[in-house]
Amino acid sequence: MAGYTEDELKEELKSQEYEFGFTTDIESEKIPVGLNEEVIRIISAKKEEPEWLLEYRLNAFKVWQEMTEPEWAHVQYEKPKFQEISYFAAPKKQYESWDDVDPEMKATMDKLGISMDEQKKLTGVAVDFVMDSVSVATSFKDKLAELDIIFCSFSEAVKDHPELVKKYLGTVVPTSDNFYAALNSAVFSDGSFCYIPKGVKCPMELSTYFRINESGTGQFERTLLVADAGSYVSYLEGCTAPQRDENQLHAAVVELVALDDAEIKYSTVQNWFPGDKEGKGGVYNFVTKRGICHTNSKISWTQVETGSAVTWKYPSCILKGDNSIGEFYSVAVTNNYQQADTGTKMIHLGKNTKSTVISKGISAGKSQNSYRGLIQIHPKADNARNFTQCDSLLMTDECGAHTFPYIECQNNSAKLEHEATTSKIGEDQIFYCQQRGLSEEKAISLIVNGYCKEVLNKLPMEFAVEAQKLLAISLENSVG
Amino acid sequence: MSKTLLDIKNLHAEIEEEGKAILKGLNLTVKAGEVHAIMGPNGAGKSTLASVVSGKDGYEVTDGTVEMDGADILELDPDERAKEGLFLAFQYPVEIPGVSNINFLRTALNEIKEYRQEEPISAKDFMAMVREKSALVDLDAKLASRSVNEGFSGGEKKRNEIFQMAMLEPKVAILDETDSGLDIDALRIVAAGVNKLKNENNAVILITHYQRLLDYIVPDFVHVLADGQIVKTGDKSLALELEEKGYDWLN
Ligand SMILES: Nc1ncnc2c1ncn2[C@@H]1O[C@H](COP(=O)(O)OP(=O)(O)OP(=O)(O)O)[C@@H](O)[C@H]1O
Ligand SMILES: [Mg+2]
Repeated sequence: MAGYTEDELKEELKSQEYEFGFTTDIESEKIPVGLNEEVIRIISAKKEEPEWLLEYRLNAFKVWQEMTEPEWAHVQYEKPKFQEISYFAAPKKQYESWDDVDPEMKATMDKLGISMDEQKKLTGVAVDFVMDSVSVATSFKDKLAELDIIFCSFSEAVKDHPELVKKYLGTVVPTSDNFYAALNSAVFSDGSFCYIPKGVKCPMELSTYFRINESGTGQFERTLLVADAGSYVSYLEGCTAPQRDENQLHAAVVELVALDDAEIKYSTVQNWFPGDKEGKGGVYNFVTKRGICHTNSKISWTQVETGSAVTWKYPSCILKGDNSIGEFYSVAVTNNYQQADTGTKMIHLGKNTKSTVISKGISAGKSQNSYRGLIQIHPKADNARNFTQCDSLLMTDECGAHTFPYIECQNNSAKLEHEATTSKIGEDQIFYCQQRGLSEEKAISLIVNGYCKEVLNKLPMEFAVEAQKLLAISLENSVG
Repeated sequence: MSKTLLDIKNLHAEIEEEGKAILKGLNLTVKAGEVHAIMGPNGAGKSTLASVVSGKDGYEVTDGTVEMDGADILELDPDERAKEGLFLAFQYPVEIPGVSNINFLRTALNEIKEYRQEEPISAKDFMAMVREKSALVDLDAKLASRSVNEGFSGGEKKRNEIFQMAMLEPKVAILDETDSGLDIDALRIVAAGVNKLKNENNAVILITHYQRLLDYIVPDFVHVLADGQIVKTGDKSLALELEEKGYDWLN
């Protein structure tokens, strides 16, 4: 990671603090970077958090200090210097005017068909929103309120619904789960909270997009989503617009709780800055995502990952309740020097539990793309079933695709199926499309979308259309 | 005088990797309204000719010119040549998993329309067109919505090529052994389809090994391609003669 060093990061943060008038804030002046108990107390105090949450953070910090950064993933990067990062939620870099926004970013958003207003909103340029978007957001909130659905920032939830947060926080991803989860638990900035009451089917896709301007999500995002008995929700995280961030390290935690007979569909499009063509810069995305399924419930993860320099991410399901179902559908694209190590864990604890894993890796440039999956069948999980299919598509001869499937089966009644393929994008396929009038880029996009169809089909409609465009853009000039 | 649609002069081409010459000074002039048949022994360079004309990677043109409708096309990308009205029915059609035939064709058609600065086709008109054109080659409606060529039988693939040709309405169509792999009934149907698509403004080049196809689609000219050149040109009777005598007598 030459080029964008932690020193530069520090400089940038400093200058920003100045720019945003933080120098008047005595507390932040005292401890601009670094991590210790004092910093955690300040974070918690600034957010006016209750004592139990401060304790939660402090405990996590202790746990984190005992841990070492994991090295088993098939990725190489220079480890972040944790004492040189600012753990204050620095505001997102705002552009003074539309003219200051990176032209490349504008071009990408144009290609994605994002409207001018939305582009400004996404890049944080101050803008008077057209009435339309304001009223959409308002009516959206009214509708949720009618059904007693809670959908707000994590900080708000701590203030307004502390009992729910306290009951579920850390129950799916315990503090000690892994290095980054522990770090997140100690210093998380903000994120989303969602609660669907018993028997309620959420009538619309819940999207963090609606909240994007209300609170900067920051680098240590925390999401907690609880679907009470018999409820249903489809949740969308991220957006297809390219997201640049001055923070190099992102370590989010997402916890899902599906109580009896509930269903959660969680879709992600991740498009953080991947670094430039030489592999400089780019976000490290170390995410812990996990859901717990109670009796007869279902959690379905769908992800389209195109961004970040280094991705480390395994959305998982703990199938605790009998007859529960876990699904993982993933498309991970790496180009240039990107590295992704992603997959899932399906932990079968209950009887008649079922899991499906479909992973489509696409590697281009000099990138490395790994699938890592664990299927674990516990002794009491009678009649568990898993179907895993992981396919890799190579766009060049210089990239790498790897699969690391792990199976731990302790119950003989289990039925496990595993299929894996690796193929290179066919020049004859591209030529065939071109001969019918499609440009090379269109041809690649069509072929890749066809290849990912099973996963894209799982995304909500509008999201799927955007994701298709995103795949095409991520793979521009990628065949070699 | 009808106008010249495809004009190939002294075409020399070699395999890029090996530098092996395949086409060695080939001449061919195709006018609007004409049907040309190209026959010739295996490995003579018939498919290579189709590939080079349509711009496939891996071949280098070392000499000669290829003009379509009066304009040089050798500098154009394959998709631009297609947009200019060139169509190739592949000897071995390619499978594209996950992409429906319909989506594929609609994308192609709209790309071509955009290039010609025409409005994109509406979904309704497109579907009507699909129905009409698939009937032309008796293509099962189910195949139109399946992934491009995936799991199609050999004959179905060939039929699908002609269906695509019908949808895209090219000026110059090169059919590379479209008849091989077709059963007798299918051959008749596909040939009838091609005949219906043929008019005074377009041209068809049939690459084939069997004179039987030429009973159904009657060519104006029959050429023999051997060792990278057109070594003999005649009318339909030449095909009959070849069927009888083979290619040896030509040397
Ligand atoms: N990409 C390639 N790499 C190597 N050799 C090639 C390539 N393309 C064509 N050739 C060679 O060029 C020669 C001509 O091949 P081509 O496919 O054009 O023959 P054809 O006349 O179409 O034969 P057939 O009747 O069997 O279809 C053959 O010797 C073939 O092996
Ligand atoms: Mg051939």
